[in-house]
Amino acid sequence: MTPRPDPTAALHRNSRWGDRSFRLLCLAGASTIFVLLLLVAYQLYHGSQLARAQFGWKFLVGSTWDPVDEVYGALPFIYGTFVSSAIALLIAVPLSVGTAIYLTELAPVRLRQPLVSVIEMLAAVPSVIWGLWGIFVLVPFLRTTAYPPLQHALGFLPLFQGPIYGIGMLTGGIIVAIMILPIVTSVSREVLRSVPNLQREAAYGLGATRWEVTRIAVLSYARRGIFGAAVLGLGRALGETMAVTMVIGNSSDISRSLFAPGYTLASVIANEFTEATTDRYLSALFELGLVLLGLTVVINALAQVMIRAIASKETRRVA
Amino acid sequence: MSAQEPITTSRPPVPPAAKSPPAAGVSSAQAEGAVPEITFDIRDLCVFYGASRALQNVTLQIDSHQVTAIIGPSGCGKSTFIRTLNRMHELTPGARHTGSIRLRGRDLYGPDIDPTIVRREVGMVFQKSNPFPTMSIAENVLVGLRLNGVRDKGVLRERLEESLRMAALWDEVKDILGRPGIGLSGGQQQRLCIARALAVRPEVLLMDEPCSALDPLATAKIEELINTLRASYTVVIVTHNMQQAARVSDRTAFFYLGKLVEYDETRTIFMNPANPQTEAYVSGRFG
Amino acid sequence: MAMSSTANHRYRRLKNALMNAVSILCAVLVISPLGLILFYLIRQGVAALNWEFFTHVPGPVGQPGSGMGNAIIGTVELLVLASLAGVPIGVLGGVYLSEYGGDRVNDWIRFWADVLNGVPSIVWGMVAYAIAVVPFKTFSAYSGGLALGFIMIPLVLRTTEEVLVLVPRSYREAGLALGLPQWKMISRIVLPTALKGIVTGVLLAMGRVAGETAPLLFTAFGNRYWSHHLSEPIAALPLQIFAYAISPYDDWHRQAWAGALVLIFLVFALSAGVRLLSSERKKS
Repeated sequence: MTPRPDPTAALHRNSRWGDRSFRLLCLAGASTIFVLLLLVAYQLYHGSQLARAQFGWKFLVGSTWDPVDEVYGALPFIYGTFVSSAIALLIAVPLSVGTAIYLTELAPVRLRQPLVSVIEMLAAVPSVIWGLWGIFVLVPFLRTTAYPPLQHALGFLPLFQGPIYGIGMLTGGIIVAIMILPIVTSVSREVLRSVPNLQREAAYGLGATRWEVTRIAVLSYARRGIFGAAVLGLGRALGETMAVTMVIGNSSDISRSLFAPGYTLASVIANEFTEATTDRYLSALFELGLVLLGLTVVINALAQVMIRAIASKETRRVA
Repeated sequence: MSAQEPITTSRPPVPPAAKSPPAAGVSSAQAEGAVPEITFDIRDLCVFYGASRALQNVTLQIDSHQVTAIIGPSGCGKSTFIRTLNRMHELTPGARHTGSIRLRGRDLYGPDIDPTIVRREVGMVFQKSNPFPTMSIAENVLVGLRLNGVRDKGVLRERLEESLRMAALWDEVKDILGRPGIGLSGGQQQRLCIARALAVRPEVLLMDEPCSALDPLATAKIEELINTLRASYTVVIVTHNMQQAARVSDRTAFFYLGKLVEYDETRTIFMNPANPQTEAYVSGRFG
Repeated sequence: MAMSSTANHRYRRLKNALMNAVSILCAVLVISPLGLILFYLIRQGVAALNWEFFTHVPGPVGQPGSGMGNAIIGTVELLVLASLAGVPIGVLGGVYLSEYGGDRVNDWIRFWADVLNGVPSIVWGMVAYAIAVVPFKTFSAYSGGLALGFIMIPLVLRTTEEVLVLVPRSYREAGLALGLPQWKMISRIVLPTALKGIVTGVLLAMGRVAGETAPLLFTAFGNRYWSHHLSEPIAALPLQIFAYAISPYDDWHRQAWAGALVLIFLVFALSAGVRLLSSERKKS
């Protein structure tokens, strides 16, 4: 063996410099999360300075959006965002939960993974492609085949009165529904899967049918989780931009009819940002962005809190 | 626990009631004028994880070029003890210690001592073999050298063969050095890990229950190789298998509930232990 | 327990069958859009796909030989720019969460990273506009890449952390026991072990970002010609698809479908890469 250097002398060399700088580097990476949060809040706050100074809180309830006379109000867009998201949730949540039930309780095992893959592929389809399909396939179909009977049946409600264009609030809601289906389905599926089998077995043991087992043992246990999935879907729906812009009609008039065109916060920003000729116009759009940011951060934070609460309850139960 | 006081020196066994604190800096070697040098000099070591104490007032000296076995029932602190010898216990959050550990006279925990360097001098093999999955056999053996800056191809080749021979693995893998390390059998993987630890030429090799996941044949091979290692290294091995301790070690330390109960020549511990607890444990009455 | 009467039993069986049918219907409804979209994409898009489409720039309406070559290249360029920002920061941040940091701080970072993942992409476009377009008075590939990079960072950070946490602790211990400093142990042992998972996360993020239109509307802006500098406006597939889709011309509509077909192919190719890497990992 070749002679070895004195070990004790070597004990003093210091690798702290390398460790410290690497750790600092990684810390810098992790802290960009906070940097990004502050950055986005600051930029939107700063960019909306003019509009906030001029309109104050009335901005949120002002229903006029008139770039010509430079009167700006966010109400039509807040209204449109909420209504289209509500429609999306009403359609997507039952469908997603039904699908999640199918995937976890009813589907033959061999089918499950392929179906899950299909849903993952659905989630990957970009918004603009949904919008494209929406304009040329969905809208004509709804205008000619689906909406007239709907109006015929439910026309006594103001919601379903008025001219049918094909584009409009309802169509916007439908397309957002399609886009949030994958995420609500996946999360619901995870929630249903985490229901312990003991619950199911107890219900089966009482002679319940499959559906009764699902209803009694699974769904009630998973209620909170599914609600969390819905909130997550809402967060996604609020921020949907391109597909909505392409089918919602882009009108800042608030109308009671779902067939009438509408506008959402994200859509108006997308359409008018590059047309904003004055500083005040741009600032108003920034303020819309600020409202949108506030809405999505609150809803998403809520969803995250719910998801974490459910997850920790599960681990505690297992432990 | 009984009222017996632990015997903690490396001197010949004394009757149980007597307490003989070791004279500072005096090892049995100097006292008797006889051979073994001391690698580790451990005095009053206490280890805490947060508020709970894992080791209490452990004092012993580990001799060079000997195999020292650490035995005791689960939870007695033997893993904690061995990990203080290469400063691995401090990786656990909330770990702290009092007392001193000296490696060849230098305080292992001195303010200017870099734990990274300590770990190059005191190598470790773990309970479950863990060759790095993205590396070949050769890369696994040499990773310690390479990542510490050794680039000379001649040195690397020489060290590769030397370490694999010391680990009794060379003949089995010399033609497949490029294959992934995780492709070997369990026993071979563990010997690969031994080679990997030896490649950086540590002074001490710590082994934390190295055979507990292996079949008897693989275990026998590793015990054989431990026997050959004592010529070049100081080995400290934690084992829950008493027969193994009896087979491979020169001295054995028996730990119980965080205390060092008895430490003596292996033969004495197993045939003629001074402490009744030791006797109860080695005769299989508990643990 | 008394047996229920046959009438009641039949009612419950009927209800069970009905609910089964309902849930199957739900599944069909949820899955069918994918089939519909692929069907239309292929039917409408294939016709306009030809060599010119991939190599030429857009021309006046109806002119043969127009294409989206610049948009395709533009999307690739934007992806590279976004990754240059998003990948190093995201990976390093993920390393911090997995290897360093205290529990409470890390919980906060994770929470807010998840919230950031829900911020609408158009908002990031506005931020990039304020930072990179206004001061330089021009739309550019840089600002588009920045906007997309903002989206990638929290995504890559979370996926990297999730993968690193899966690396068994004993590899870290073995590395440290060899006397490696922590940073070498992480960068030369832990990261390579987790590499496939990290790459998977990056590909997923790229797939997500490749299809983004909104943040590019006022950063990259689009371009009907080849861009020669990254400081010029640049075309991108989603932008071009959008512009053509809302135009009144049939010829451009056809090209929009073709562009959409190419875009979805790109996105699916990236996620196919993900699937390939994941199954390889599972096998080994």
